[in-house]
Amino acid sequence: MRVTLIALALLAWFATVAGARIAVAASLVADLSNHLIAITTGFTGTDVLLFGAKEGEGDVVVIVRGPTSSISVRKKSRVAGIWMNTDRVTFSNVPSFYAVSSSKPVEEIAPASVLARHQIGFSQLKLAAPPQVDPERLRDFRSALIRRQQRAGLFMREPGEVSFLGNTLFRTNVYFPANVPVGVYLVEVLLLQNGNVTGAQTTPLIISKVGFGAELFDFAHQRAAIYGLIAILISLVAGWLPHILLRKA
Amino acid sequence: MQIYLPIAEMSIDVLLLLGLGGLVGFLSGLFGVGGGFLMTPLLIFVGVPPAVAVASQANQVIAASVSGVLAHWRRGNVDFKMGLVLLAGGLAGSLIGVWLYSVLRRIGQIDLVIALAYVFFLSAVGALMAVESIGAMMRQRRPQAARRKLHQHTWVHGLPLKMRFRRSRLYISALLPLGLGFGVGILAALMGVGGGFIMVPAMIYLLGMPTALVVGTSLFQVIFVAINVSFLQAWQNQTVDVVLAFLLVLGAVIGAEFGTRFGARLRGEQLRGLLALLVLAVGIALATQLVVPPEDVYSLTHSLAGG
Repeated sequence: MRVTLIALALLAWFATVAGARIAVAASLVADLSNHLIAITTGFTGTDVLLFGAKEGEGDVVVIVRGPTSSISVRKKSRVAGIWMNTDRVTFSNVPSFYAVSSSKPVEEIAPASVLARHQIGFSQLKLAAPPQVDPERLRDFRSALIRRQQRAGLFMREPGEVSFLGNTLFRTNVYFPANVPVGVYLVEVLLLQNGNVTGAQTTPLIISKVGFGAELFDFAHQRAAIYGLIAILISLVAGWLPHILLRKA
Repeated sequence: MQIYLPIAEMSIDVLLLLGLGGLVGFLSGLFGVGGGFLMTPLLIFVGVPPAVAVASQANQVIAASVSGVLAHWRRGNVDFKMGLVLLAGGLAGSLIGVWLYSVLRRIGQIDLVIALAYVFFLSAVGALMAVESIGAMMRQRRPQAARRKLHQHTWVHGLPLKMRFRRSRLYISALLPLGLGFGVGILAALMGVGGGFIMVPAMIYLLGMPTALVVGTSLFQVIFVAINVSFLQAWQNQTVDVVLAFLLVLGAVIGAEFGTRFGARLRGEQLRGLLALLVLAVGIALATQLVVPPEDVYSLTHSLAGG
Protein backbone atom coordinates (compact mmCIF):
# COMPACT_ATOMS: atom_id res chain seq x y z
CA MET A 1 0.00 0.00 0.00
CA ARG A 2 2.84 2.33 0.92
CA VAL A 3 4.59 1.62 -2.36
CA THR A 4 1.54 2.57 -4.42
CA LEU A 5 1.11 5.70 -2.31
CA ILE A 6 4.67 6.79 -3.02
CA ALA A 7 4.31 5.95 -6.70
CA LEU A 8 1.13 8.00 -6.94
CA ALA A 9 2.73 10.91 -5.16
CA LEU A 10 5.75 10.86 -7.47
CA LEU A 11 3.44 10.76 -10.46
CA ALA A 12 1.56 13.76 -9.10
CA TRP A 13 4.85 15.52 -8.52
CA PHE A 14 6.07 15.02 -12.09
CA ALA A 15 2.69 16.17 -13.35
CA THR A 16 2.72 19.35 -11.25
CA VAL A 17 6.33 20.14 -12.02
CA ALA A 18 5.65 19.76 -15.74
CA GLY A 19 2.41 21.71 -15.42
CA ALA A 20 4.04 24.52 -13.49
CA ARG A 21 6.74 24.90 -16.11
CA ILE A 22 4.23 25.32 -18.88
CA ALA A 23 1.86 27.61 -17.00
CA VAL A 24 4.17 30.19 -15.53
CA ALA A 25 7.29 29.88 -17.61
CA ALA A 26 10.31 30.08 -15.32
CA SER A 27 9.30 32.97 -13.07
CA LEU A 28 9.64 30.68 -10.04
CA VAL A 29 11.60 27.51 -9.34
CA ALA A 30 11.75 25.87 -5.94
CA ASP A 31 12.70 22.56 -4.44
CA LEU A 32 13.02 20.84 -1.08
CA SER A 33 16.18 19.57 0.54
CA ASN A 34 14.32 16.34 1.13
CA HIS A 35 11.24 14.88 -0.56
CA LEU A 36 10.84 12.02 1.86
CA ILE A 37 10.78 12.37 5.61
CA ALA A 38 11.48 8.95 7.04
CA ILE A 39 10.03 8.32 10.46
CA THR A 40 12.46 5.88 12.02
CA THR A 41 12.72 4.60 15.57
CA GLY A 42 14.88 7.58 16.49
CA PHE A 43 12.65 10.21 14.86
CA THR A 44 12.28 13.33 16.99
CA GLY A 45 11.11 15.81 14.41
CA THR A 46 13.02 17.36 11.52
CA ASP A 47 13.61 20.51 9.50
CA VAL A 48 13.12 20.61 5.77
CA LEU A 49 14.83 23.32 3.76
CA LEU A 50 12.94 24.86 0.89
CA PHE A 51 15.03 26.84 -1.58
CA GLY A 52 14.40 28.39 -4.93
CA ALA A 53 14.86 31.23 -7.34
CA LYS A 54 12.48 33.81 -8.73
CA GLU A 55 12.59 36.21 -11.61
CA GLY A 56 12.20 39.91 -10.96
CA GLU A 57 10.72 41.68 -7.95
CA GLY A 58 8.04 40.22 -5.70
CA ASP A 59 7.35 38.37 -2.49
CA VAL A 60 7.33 34.66 -1.83
CA VAL A 61 4.77 32.77 0.22
CA VAL A 62 5.18 29.10 1.13
CA ILE A 63 2.22 27.04 2.32
CA VAL A 64 2.66 23.50 3.64
CA ARG A 65 -0.43 21.34 4.07
CA GLY A 66 -0.73 17.81 5.41
CA PRO A 67 -3.33 15.30 4.25
CA THR A 68 -6.85 16.26 5.30
CA SER A 69 -9.09 14.34 7.65
CA SER A 70 -12.14 15.12 9.72
CA ILE A 71 -11.73 16.24 13.30
CA SER A 72 -14.38 16.51 15.99
CA VAL A 73 -14.09 19.41 18.41
CA ARG A 74 -15.76 18.66 21.73
CA LYS A 75 -16.64 21.20 24.34
CA LYS A 76 -16.89 20.47 28.02
CA SER A 77 -19.25 22.23 30.37
CA ARG A 78 -20.18 21.81 33.97
CA VAL A 79 -23.10 19.50 34.73
CA ALA A 80 -23.90 18.98 38.42
CA GLY A 81 -20.37 20.00 39.40
CA ILE A 82 -18.67 17.67 36.94
CA TRP A 83 -17.01 18.71 33.70
CA MET A 84 -18.27 16.60 30.83
CA ASN A 85 -18.45 16.78 27.03
CA THR A 86 -21.72 18.43 26.13
CA ASP A 87 -21.22 19.87 22.67
CA ARG A 88 -19.50 18.80 19.48
CA VAL A 89 -18.82 20.15 16.00
CA THR A 90 -17.14 17.98 13.37
CA PHE A 91 -15.01 19.66 10.71
CA SER A 92 -14.23 17.72 7.58
CA ASN A 93 -11.17 18.41 5.35
CA VAL A 94 -8.96 19.72 8.16
CA PRO A 95 -5.30 19.64 7.09
CA SER A 96 -3.34 17.50 9.53
CA PHE A 97 -0.47 19.97 9.23
CA TYR A 98 -0.47 23.62 8.20
CA ALA A 99 2.38 26.09 8.06
CA VAL A 100 2.81 29.38 6.23
CA SER A 101 6.09 31.20 5.61
CA SER A 102 6.43 34.49 3.79
CA SER A 103 8.99 37.14 2.98
CA LYS A 104 6.77 39.86 4.47
CA PRO A 105 3.61 39.70 6.63
CA VAL A 106 1.01 38.24 4.26
CA GLU A 107 -1.43 41.13 4.80
CA GLU A 108 1.16 43.45 3.24
CA ILE A 109 1.73 41.15 0.29
CA ALA A 110 -1.74 40.55 -1.04
CA PRO A 111 -5.37 41.64 -0.57
CA ALA A 112 -7.78 39.45 1.39
CA SER A 113 -9.35 38.04 -1.77
CA VAL A 114 -6.03 36.60 -2.94
CA LEU A 115 -5.24 35.29 0.56
CA ALA A 116 -8.64 33.61 0.65
CA ARG A 117 -8.25 32.01 -2.77
CA HIS A 118 -4.97 30.37 -1.78
CA GLN A 119 -5.98 29.79 1.86
CA ILE A 120 -3.05 31.77 3.22
CA GLY A 121 -3.25 32.24 6.99
CA PHE A 122 -5.52 30.77 9.65
CA SER A 123 -8.31 33.24 9.05
CA GLN A 124 -8.49 32.04 5.42
CA LEU A 125 -8.22 28.33 6.13
CA LYS A 126 -11.28 26.55 4.76
CA LEU A 127 -12.62 24.13 7.34
CA ALA A 128 -15.94 22.58 6.34
CA ALA A 129 -18.54 22.36 9.10
CA PRO A 130 -22.18 21.24 8.94
CA PRO A 131 -24.32 24.13 7.60
CA GLN A 132 -26.77 24.11 10.53
CA VAL A 133 -24.11 25.29 13.02
CA ASP A 134 -24.81 28.93 13.87
CA PRO A 135 -22.00 31.43 13.10
CA GLU A 136 -21.04 32.34 16.65
CA ARG A 137 -20.76 28.75 17.79
CA LEU A 138 -18.88 27.90 14.60
CA ARG A 139 -16.37 30.69 15.27
CA ASP A 140 -15.69 29.43 18.81
CA PHE A 141 -15.22 25.83 17.72
CA ARG A 142 -13.11 26.86 14.75
CA SER A 143 -10.72 28.91 16.84
CA ALA A 144 -10.59 26.10 19.41
CA LEU A 145 -9.60 23.66 16.65
CA ILE A 146 -6.81 25.94 15.46
CA ARG A 147 -5.65 26.58 19.04
CA ARG A 148 -5.51 22.86 19.89
CA GLN A 149 -3.66 22.04 16.67
CA GLN A 150 -1.17 24.84 17.38
CA ARG A 151 -0.68 23.48 20.87
CA ALA A 152 0.07 20.06 19.34
CA GLY A 153 2.68 21.70 17.07
CA LEU A 154 0.79 20.71 13.91
CA PHE A 155 -0.38 24.20 12.97
CA MET A 156 2.51 26.62 13.01
CA ARG A 157 1.77 29.31 15.57
CA GLU A 158 3.73 32.14 13.97
CA PRO A 159 4.25 32.50 10.23
CA GLY A 160 7.75 31.45 9.22
CA GLU A 161 10.17 33.69 7.36
CA VAL A 162 11.24 33.37 3.75
CA SER A 163 14.64 35.03 3.44
CA PHE A 164 16.18 36.32 0.23
CA LEU A 165 19.77 35.89 -0.84
CA GLY A 166 20.25 38.71 -3.24
CA ASN A 167 17.35 39.41 -5.57
CA THR A 168 16.64 35.99 -6.99
CA LEU A 169 17.43 33.29 -4.44
CA PHE A 170 15.21 32.53 -1.48
CA ARG A 171 15.03 29.94 1.29
CA THR A 172 12.94 28.93 4.27
CA ASN A 173 12.86 26.18 6.87
CA VAL A 174 9.79 24.15 7.78
CA TYR A 175 9.85 22.22 11.03
CA PHE A 176 7.96 18.93 11.33
CA PRO A 177 7.52 17.77 14.95
CA ALA A 178 7.79 14.15 16.12
CA ASN A 179 4.02 13.68 16.20
CA VAL A 180 3.60 14.69 12.55
CA PRO A 181 1.00 12.51 10.78
CA VAL A 182 2.19 10.40 7.86
CA GLY A 183 0.95 10.94 4.32
CA VAL A 184 1.51 13.03 1.23
CA TYR A 185 2.05 16.72 2.01
CA LEU A 186 1.78 19.51 -0.50
CA VAL A 187 4.23 22.39 -0.46
CA GLU A 188 2.88 25.34 -2.41
CA VAL A 189 5.25 28.15 -3.35
CA LEU A 190 3.72 31.38 -4.63
CA LEU A 191 5.36 34.43 -6.16
CA LEU A 192 3.34 37.60 -5.66
CA GLN A 193 3.88 40.87 -7.48
CA ASN A 194 1.71 43.89 -6.72
CA GLY A 195 -0.79 41.71 -4.88
CA ASN A 196 -1.17 39.23 -7.72
CA VAL A 197 0.09 35.68 -7.97
CA THR A 198 2.49 35.64 -10.90
CA GLY A 199 4.21 32.35 -10.28
CA ALA A 200 3.31 29.12 -8.50
CA GLN A 201 4.76 25.71 -7.92
CA THR A 202 3.48 22.77 -5.92
CA THR A 203 5.84 20.08 -4.70
CA PRO A 204 4.79 16.95 -2.82
CA LEU A 205 6.54 15.89 0.34
CA ILE A 206 6.09 12.38 1.61
CA ILE A 207 6.17 11.64 5.30
CA SER A 208 6.32 7.93 5.90
CA LYS A 209 7.30 5.45 8.53
CA VAL A 210 10.24 3.35 7.40
CA GLY A 211 12.19 0.42 8.74
CA PHE A 212 11.28 -1.44 11.90
CA GLY A 213 8.55 0.99 13.00
CA ALA A 214 6.81 0.87 9.61
CA GLU A 215 6.90 -2.90 9.45
CA LEU A 216 5.53 -3.11 12.96
CA PHE A 217 2.73 -0.70 12.11
CA ASP A 218 1.77 -2.63 8.97
CA PHE A 219 1.95 -5.92 10.81
CA ALA A 220 -0.26 -4.61 13.62
CA HIS A 221 -2.90 -3.56 11.11
CA GLN A 222 -2.76 -6.38 8.59
CA ARG A 223 -2.24 -9.37 10.91
CA ALA A 224 -3.90 -7.95 13.98
CA ALA A 225 -4.66 -11.26 15.72
CA ILE A 226 -1.15 -12.68 15.22
CA TYR A 227 0.35 -9.37 16.28
CA GLY A 228 -1.73 -9.49 19.47
CA LEU A 229 -0.64 -13.05 20.23
CA ILE A 230 3.02 -12.21 19.68
CA ALA A 231 2.73 -9.17 21.93
CA ILE A 232 1.23 -11.39 24.64
CA LEU A 233 3.94 -14.00 24.16
CA ILE A 234 6.66 -11.36 24.56
CA SER A 235 5.06 -10.18 27.79
CA LEU A 236 4.74 -13.73 29.14
CA VAL A 237 8.37 -14.49 28.41
CA ALA A 238 9.48 -11.16 29.85
CA GLY A 239 7.63 -11.93 33.05
CA TRP A 240 9.00 -15.45 33.22
CA LEU A 241 12.64 -14.72 32.37
CA PRO A 242 13.70 -13.04 35.63
CA HIS A 243 12.33 -16.04 37.51
CA ILE A 244 14.72 -18.35 35.62
CA LEU A 245 17.65 -15.97 35.93
CA LEU A 246 17.12 -15.45 39.65
CA ARG A 247 16.83 -19.16 40.36
CA LYS A 248 20.12 -19.79 38.57
CA ALA A 249 21.82 -16.97 40.41
CA MET B 1 17.16 9.31 24.84
CA GLN B 2 14.08 9.60 22.67
CA ILE B 3 12.38 6.72 20.91
CA TYR B 4 9.56 6.82 18.36
CA LEU B 5 6.56 4.65 19.25
CA PRO B 6 5.18 3.33 15.93
CA ILE B 7 1.57 2.73 17.02
CA ALA B 8 1.22 5.65 19.43
CA GLU B 9 2.89 7.81 16.72
CA MET B 10 4.88 9.95 19.11
CA SER B 11 8.42 10.10 20.42
CA ILE B 12 9.12 9.80 24.12
CA ASP B 13 12.05 9.40 26.50
CA VAL B 14 13.12 5.77 26.97
CA LEU B 15 14.19 6.35 30.58
CA LEU B 16 10.82 7.88 31.43
CA LEU B 17 9.04 4.73 30.22
CA LEU B 18 11.48 2.41 32.01
CA GLY B 19 10.99 4.45 35.17
CA LEU B 20 7.20 4.33 34.93
CA GLY B 21 7.33 0.58 34.32
CA GLY B 22 9.68 0.08 37.26
CA LEU B 23 7.55 2.15 39.63
CA VAL B 24 4.30 0.42 38.71
CA GLY B 25 6.04 -2.98 38.69
CA PHE B 26 7.33 -2.36 42.20
CA LEU B 27 3.85 -1.50 43.43
CA SER B 28 2.30 -4.48 41.65
CA GLY B 29 4.80 -6.85 43.24
CA LEU B 30 4.18 -5.24 46.60
CA PHE B 31 0.40 -5.14 46.58
CA GLY B 32 -0.63 -7.83 44.12
CA VAL B 33 -2.39 -5.47 41.78
CA GLY B 34 -1.57 -5.46 38.08
CA GLY B 35 -1.06 -1.72 38.28
CA GLY B 36 -3.37 -0.86 35.38
CA PHE B 37 -5.32 1.62 37.46
CA LEU B 38 -2.08 3.52 38.02
CA MET B 39 -0.34 3.01 34.66
CA THR B 40 -3.22 4.10 32.44
CA PRO B 41 -3.61 7.59 33.98
CA LEU B 42 0.19 8.02 34.12
CA LEU B 43 0.64 7.17 30.44
CA ILE B 44 -2.16 9.51 29.41
CA PHE B 45 -0.53 12.18 31.57
CA VAL B 46 2.79 11.90 29.67
CA GLY B 47 0.95 12.27 26.36
CA VAL B 48 0.24 8.72 25.12
CA PRO B 49 -3.16 8.58 23.37
CA PRO B 50 -5.69 7.06 25.82
CA ALA B 51 -6.65 4.16 23.53
CA VAL B 52 -3.00 3.14 23.11
CA ALA B 53 -2.31 3.61 26.82
CA VAL B 54 -5.15 1.31 27.90
CA ALA B 55 -4.25 -1.38 25.37
CA SER B 56 -0.48 -1.36 25.80
CA GLN B 57 -0.46 -1.30 29.58
CA ALA B 58 -2.39 -4.58 29.51
CA ASN B 59 0.81 -6.20 28.19
CA GLN B 60 2.79 -4.66 30.99
CA VAL B 61 0.20 -6.05 33.43
CA ILE B 62 0.66 -9.53 31.91
CA ALA B 63 4.43 -9.47 32.45
CA ALA B 64 4.24 -7.94 35.92
CA SER B 65 1.59 -10.47 36.96
CA VAL B 66 3.50 -13.49 35.61
CA SER B 67 6.63 -12.30 37.36
CA GLY B 68 4.66 -11.65 40.56
CA VAL B 69 2.83 -14.98 40.49
CA LEU B 70 6.08 -16.88 40.06
CA ALA B 71 7.65 -15.04 42.96
CA HIS B 72 4.64 -15.77 45.17
CA TRP B 73 4.44 -19.34 43.94
CA ARG B 74 7.99 -19.93 45.14
CA ARG B 75 6.74 -18.99 48.59
CA GLY B 76 3.64 -21.15 48.23
CA ASN B 77 1.36 -18.13 48.28
CA VAL B 78 -0.94 -18.90 45.36
CA ASP B 79 -4.30 -20.65 45.74
CA PHE B 80 -4.69 -21.96 42.18
CA LYS B 81 -8.10 -23.50 42.84
CA MET B 82 -9.49 -20.21 44.09
CA GLY B 83 -7.80 -18.41 41.21
CA LEU B 84 -9.45 -20.65 38.62
CA VAL B 85 -12.92 -20.21 40.13
CA LEU B 86 -12.44 -16.42 40.19
CA LEU B 87 -11.19 -16.57 36.61
CA ALA B 88 -14.25 -18.50 35.38
CA GLY B 89 -16.48 -15.77 36.81
CA GLY B 90 -14.12 -13.09 35.48
CA LEU B 91 -14.17 -14.27 31.87
CA ALA B 92 -17.98 -14.42 31.87
CA GLY B 93 -18.10 -10.95 33.43
CA SER B 94 -15.71 -9.42 30.92
CA LEU B 95 -17.94 -10.57 28.04
CA ILE B 96 -20.84 -8.65 29.60
CA GLY B 97 -18.48 -5.73 30.23
CA VAL B 98 -17.37 -5.52 26.60
CA TRP B 99 -21.03 -5.49 25.52
CA LEU B 100 -21.82 -2.75 28.08
CA TYR B 101 -18.85 -0.75 26.78
CA SER B 102 -20.23 -0.68 23.23
CA VAL B 103 -23.71 0.29 24.49
CA LEU B 104 -22.28 3.21 26.49
CA ARG B 105 -20.15 4.32 23.55
CA ARG B 106 -23.25 4.44 21.38
CA ILE B 107 -24.93 6.69 23.94
CA GLY B 108 -21.81 8.89 23.81
CA GLN B 109 -20.75 9.13 27.45
CA ILE B 110 -18.26 6.27 27.76
CA ASP B 111 -15.45 8.61 28.87
CA LEU B 112 -17.52 10.03 31.69
CA VAL B 113 -18.69 6.59 32.86
CA ILE B 114 -15.11 5.33 32.89
CA ALA B 115 -13.91 8.37 34.83
CA LEU B 116 -16.76 8.11 37.32
CA ALA B 117 -16.19 4.36 37.73
CA TYR B 118 -12.52 5.00 38.45
CA VAL B 119 -13.28 7.72 40.98
CA PHE B 120 -16.05 5.78 42.69
CA PHE B 121 -14.26 2.45 43.01
CA LEU B 122 -10.86 3.87 43.87
CA SER B 123 -12.29 6.12 46.57
CA ALA B 124 -14.64 3.50 48.00
CA VAL B 125 -12.08 0.70 48.00
CA GLY B 126 -9.36 3.00 49.32
CA ALA B 127 -11.50 4.40 52.13
CA LEU B 128 -12.76 0.96 53.22
CA MET B 129 -9.26 -0.44 53.32
CA ALA B 130 -7.85 2.55 55.12
CA VAL B 131 -10.48 2.31 57.86
CA GLU B 132 -10.01 -1.41 58.24
CA SER B 133 -6.23 -1.40 58.35
CA ILE B 134 -6.10 1.49 60.80
CA GLY B 135 -8.53 -0.48 62.96
CA ALA B 136 -6.31 -3.56 62.70
CA MET B 137 -3.20 -1.60 63.67
CA MET B 138 -5.01 -0.07 66.65
CA ARG B 139 -6.13 -3.50 67.86
CA GLN B 140 -2.54 -4.67 67.67
CA ARG B 141 -1.38 -1.79 69.81
CA ARG B 142 -3.92 -2.76 72.47
CA PRO B 143 -3.73 -6.54 72.67
CA GLN B 144 -5.99 -6.63 75.75
CA ALA B 145 -8.90 -5.28 73.68
CA ALA B 146 -11.52 -7.77 72.54
CA ARG B 147 -10.25 -9.78 69.58
CA ARG B 148 -12.38 -10.14 66.53
CA LYS B 149 -13.93 -13.52 66.09
CA LEU B 150 -11.87 -15.62 63.72
CA HIS B 151 -14.92 -16.68 61.79
CA GLN B 152 -18.25 -14.91 61.61
CA HIS B 153 -21.24 -16.84 60.39
CA THR B 154 -23.54 -14.90 58.11
CA TRP B 155 -26.12 -15.69 55.44
CA VAL B 156 -23.22 -16.03 53.05
CA HIS B 157 -22.27 -19.32 54.59
CA GLY B 158 -25.70 -20.74 53.90
CA LEU B 159 -25.21 -20.61 50.12
CA PRO B 160 -25.14 -23.90 48.21
CA LEU B 161 -22.29 -25.42 46.16
CA LYS B 162 -19.82 -25.41 49.01
CA MET B 163 -16.23 -25.94 48.01
CA ARG B 164 -13.11 -26.52 50.05
CA PHE B 165 -10.14 -24.23 49.31
CA ARG B 166 -7.44 -25.96 51.27
CA ARG B 167 -4.67 -23.42 50.72
CA SER B 168 -6.86 -20.54 51.87
CA ARG B 169 -8.31 -22.64 54.71
CA LEU B 170 -11.80 -21.78 53.52
CA TYR B 171 -14.94 -23.84 53.10
CA ILE B 172 -17.31 -21.54 51.24
CA SER B 173 -19.85 -21.60 48.46
CA ALA B 174 -18.24 -21.53 44.99
CA LEU B 175 -20.90 -18.95 44.09
CA LEU B 176 -19.03 -16.34 46.14
CA PRO B 177 -15.73 -16.30 44.18
CA LEU B 178 -17.66 -16.88 40.94
CA GLY B 179 -19.88 -13.88 41.59
CA LEU B 180 -16.93 -11.76 42.71
CA GLY B 181 -14.97 -12.68 39.59
CA PHE B 182 -18.01 -11.90 37.45
CA GLY B 183 -18.56 -8.45 38.97
CA VAL B 184 -14.89 -7.51 38.75
CA GLY B 185 -14.78 -8.89 35.18
CA ILE B 186 -17.50 -6.45 34.12
CA LEU B 187 -15.66 -3.52 35.69
CA ALA B 188 -12.30 -4.64 34.32
CA ALA B 189 -13.63 -4.70 30.76
CA LEU B 190 -15.32 -1.33 31.22
CA MET B 191 -12.37 0.41 32.83
CA GLY B 192 -9.65 -1.30 30.80
CA VAL B 193 -7.80 -2.60 33.84
CA GLY B 194 -7.08 -6.04 35.26
CA GLY B 195 -9.27 -5.29 38.26
CA GLY B 196 -6.71 -6.29 40.90
CA PHE B 197 -7.31 -3.19 42.95
CA ILE B 198 -10.96 -4.23 43.45
CA MET B 199 -10.22 -7.95 43.60
CA VAL B 200 -7.59 -7.77 46.34
CA PRO B 201 -9.72 -6.04 48.99
CA ALA B 202 -12.79 -8.06 47.97
CA MET B 203 -10.90 -11.31 48.49
CA ILE B 204 -9.75 -10.16 51.90
CA TYR B 205 -13.02 -8.75 53.16
CA LEU B 206 -15.70 -10.68 51.27
CA LEU B 207 -14.07 -14.09 50.99
CA GLY B 208 -11.99 -13.83 54.14
CA MET B 209 -8.79 -15.12 52.50
CA PRO B 210 -5.44 -14.65 54.28
CA THR B 211 -3.70 -11.51 52.96
CA ALA B 212 -0.51 -13.42 52.15
CA LEU B 213 -2.40 -15.67 49.71
CA VAL B 214 -4.58 -12.93 48.24
CA VAL B 215 -1.74 -11.16 46.44
CA GLY B 216 -0.44 -14.18 44.53
CA THR B 217 -3.92 -15.53 43.79
CA SER B 218 -5.20 -12.22 42.50
CA LEU B 219 -2.14 -11.83 40.27
CA PHE B 220 -2.77 -15.31 38.88
CA GLN B 221 -6.30 -14.33 37.91
CA VAL B 222 -5.16 -10.93 36.56
CA ILE B 223 -2.75 -12.61 34.07
CA PHE B 224 -5.66 -14.12 32.17
CA VAL B 225 -7.88 -11.06 32.35
CA ALA B 226 -5.02 -8.94 30.97
CA ILE B 227 -4.31 -11.46 28.18
CA ASN B 228 -7.97 -11.27 27.21
CA VAL B 229 -7.94 -7.45 27.18
CA SER B 230 -4.64 -7.20 25.29
CA PHE B 231 -5.71 -9.65 22.60
CA LEU B 232 -9.10 -8.03 22.05
CA GLN B 233 -7.51 -4.56 21.82
CA ALA B 234 -4.80 -5.69 19.38
CA TRP B 235 -7.28 -7.58 17.25
CA GLN B 236 -10.18 -5.13 17.18
CA ASN B 237 -8.53 -1.71 17.54
CA GLN B 238 -4.83 -2.17 16.62
CA THR B 239 -3.91 -0.03 19.62
CA VAL B 240 -1.26 -2.25 21.25
CA ASP B 241 2.14 -0.60 20.85
CA VAL B 242 4.69 -3.37 21.41
CA VAL B 243 7.59 -0.94 21.65
CA LEU B 244 5.81 0.96 24.41
CA ALA B 245 4.70 -2.30 26.06
CA PHE B 246 8.19 -3.80 25.88
CA LEU B 247 9.82 -0.81 27.60
CA LEU B 248 7.15 -0.78 30.31
CA VAL B 249 7.54 -4.54 30.74
CA LEU B 250 11.29 -4.27 31.06
CA GLY B 251 10.95 -1.78 33.88
CA ALA B 252 8.05 -3.65 35.43
CA VAL B 253 9.66 -7.08 35.81
CA ILE B 254 12.62 -5.55 37.58
CA GLY B 255 10.36 -3.46 39.76
CA ALA B 256 8.09 -6.39 40.54
CA GLU B 257 10.96 -8.49 41.90
CA PHE B 258 11.92 -5.73 44.30
CA GLY B 259 8.29 -5.14 45.20
CA THR B 260 7.68 -8.77 46.10
CA ARG B 261 10.81 -8.93 48.25
CA PHE B 262 9.98 -5.70 49.99
CA GLY B 263 6.38 -6.85 50.54
CA ALA B 264 7.55 -10.00 52.31
CA ARG B 265 9.01 -7.78 55.04
CA LEU B 266 5.78 -5.88 55.71
CA ARG B 267 2.89 -7.08 57.84
CA GLY B 268 -0.52 -7.67 56.29
CA GLU B 269 -2.26 -4.65 57.79
CA GLN B 270 0.65 -2.36 56.90
CA LEU B 271 0.49 -3.62 53.33
CA ARG B 272 -3.25 -3.03 53.21
CA GLY B 273 -2.89 0.40 54.75
CA LEU B 274 -0.31 1.45 52.15
CA LEU B 275 -2.36 0.11 49.26
CA ALA B 276 -5.37 1.96 50.68
CA LEU B 277 -3.42 5.23 50.70
CA LEU B 278 -2.21 4.72 47.13
CA VAL B 279 -5.67 3.82 45.81
CA LEU B 280 -7.21 6.78 47.65
CA ALA B 281 -4.58 9.17 46.26
CA VAL B 282 -5.23 8.12 42.66
CA GLY B 283 -8.99 8.31 43.26
CA ILE B 284 -8.76 11.83 44.64
CA ALA B 285 -6.46 12.96 41.83
CA LEU B 286 -8.93 11.67 39.23
CA ALA B 287 -11.88 13.19 41.08
CA THR B 288 -10.27 16.64 41.07
CA GLN B 289 -9.80 16.33 37.31
CA LEU B 290 -13.55 15.92 36.95
CA VAL B 291 -14.40 18.87 39.17
CA VAL B 292 -11.64 21.42 38.52
CA PRO B 293 -12.30 23.58 35.44
CA PRO B 294 -10.21 22.20 32.56
CA GLU B 295 -7.39 24.28 31.10
CA ASP B 296 -9.22 24.30 27.78
CA VAL B 297 -12.86 23.24 27.61
CA TYR B 298 -12.35 22.21 24.00
CA SER B 299 -10.67 18.99 22.92
CA LEU B 300 -10.10 17.29 19.58
CA THR B 301 -10.99 13.81 18.42
CA HIS B 302 -9.39 12.68 15.19
CA SER B 303 -11.67 10.50 13.15
CA LEU B 304 -10.15 7.08 12.55
CA ALA B 305 -11.20 6.95 8.92
CA GLY B 306 -9.16 10.00 7.95
CA GLY B 307 -6.07 9.24 10.02
